[in-house]
Amino acid sequence: MSEPLFSKKNLKLITDPLNNSNPITVQVLGICSALAVTAQLKPAVVMAISVTAVLAFANVIISLLRNTIPNRIRIIVQLVVVAALVILVDQILKAYVYDVSKQLSVFVGLIITNCILMGRLEAFALGNKPWQSFLDGIGNGAGYAAILIIVGFFRELLGSGTLFGLRLIPESLYITNGGFYANNGMMILPPMALITVGTIIWVQRSKNRKLIEK
Amino acid sequence: MNRNGNTYTVLYAAIMVILVAAILASVSMALKPQQVRNREIEKKQSILASVNIESTPATAEKLYSETIVKEYVVDVKGDEIDGDAFNIDLKKEHAKPADEMHLPVFECQTKDGIKYVFSVRGTGLWGPIWGYIALNDDMNTIYGANFDHQGETPGLGAEIATTAFEKQFIGKTIFDDNGKLYSIFVAKVGQEAPIQHKVDGISGGTITSKGLQKMLLDDFTRYEEFLIKKKS
Repeated sequence: MSEPLFSKKNLKLITDPLNNSNPITVQVLGICSALAVTAQLKPAVVMAISVTAVLAFANVIISLLRNTIPNRIRIIVQLVVVAALVILVDQILKAYVYDVSKQLSVFVGLIITNCILMGRLEAFALGNKPWQSFLDGIGNGAGYAAILIIVGFFRELLGSGTLFGLRLIPESLYITNGGFYANNGMMILPPMALITVGTIIWVQRSKNRKLIEK
Repeated sequence: MNRNGNTYTVLYAAIMVILVAAILASVSMALKPQQVRNREIEKKQSILASVNIESTPATAEKLYSETIVKEYVVDVKGDEIDGDAFNIDLKKEHAKPADEMHLPVFECQTKDGIKYVFSVRGTGLWGPIWGYIALNDDMNTIYGANFDHQGETPGLGAEIATTAFEKQFIGKTIFDDNGKLYSIFVAKVGQEAPIQHKVDGISGGTITSKGLQKMLLDDFTRYEEFLIKKKS
């Protein structure tokens, strides 16, 4: 344990998921929630924060338990830890920040089924120390957050002309008010989220050649 | 102990489950009173919002006791019956046969006079949707509306809970010129209905919009006798 807390190797655990091993664009995990909650920026941000928090803590807990978990039921153990954490968070939110918990209502279930969680627990936390697992959780959460926020940004801006619910494109430019502009209704439907994610993957791979499969 | 043996695995699973259950159960019990209170305050805020009074969780209880002058229960024949209007669970009431249903009515004293608030509940795309509708004392013109939902898609169906959507209901009427109950038509682009009964639905949230339309028709029908009695 002579390794410093933020050694180069540890920092890579945070920076890698932002680009080279991004959970959404490279590992293609957690796509379903990325499509479901990005019609507006606010739920996308709330979802990103919740997943990051749950992922970091689940990673730490599984990493602490890693030498005791029976191999044959390890997936069940992981699922129980994730589900328990999510319910705990939900109960606390409901009691102390009721309006936030209302925002989250639909996402709570989505967090439990988010493949990034199971993916990271299985691939990383089971074989690494708690601190590294914590960093990995934060890193992957941030990588997920980055994509969600980019997609949410474009979908809300082009689909509704607002950001965080605030109007960005003036009402007077709209056709209904004598202007020339109309929102792209397609943007708020899930298929456009898929196309936006596809575009991000395209841009990322054309910049980062080593991600292209031979 | 052999970590892959059956005994270890079963014991591990058992202890884990009991531990997790104990933690979750005690957290849930400890937080319950606070959660129930939050829900009550939210309900008061929703009722206040339906008569266009804004409140915060801190001011809701005071404003509620100032505004709501009378709460009572009616049946589908429009007669007043005994009961606790505030704590009526519409989900349970709707499951009963029509003649046993208890429906709550809230009378509110606002700056524009007495308003009657009715409670509605129906189904959206993913789960229940509900709300409160305030009528003027002509029992026909909508004074305000407030809707909420459990799990409609954010940005799509969930838009029914926005002020922009709710504001559309103000001034609409629910009875047609012949005095027949019409309720409110939630229109998709291109669908036509008399303007005094029509509001615009949510793009991308058609199933939720239509669910809301059905909810209003169903619940106004349940209240219809009461509305007619009160009007005359």
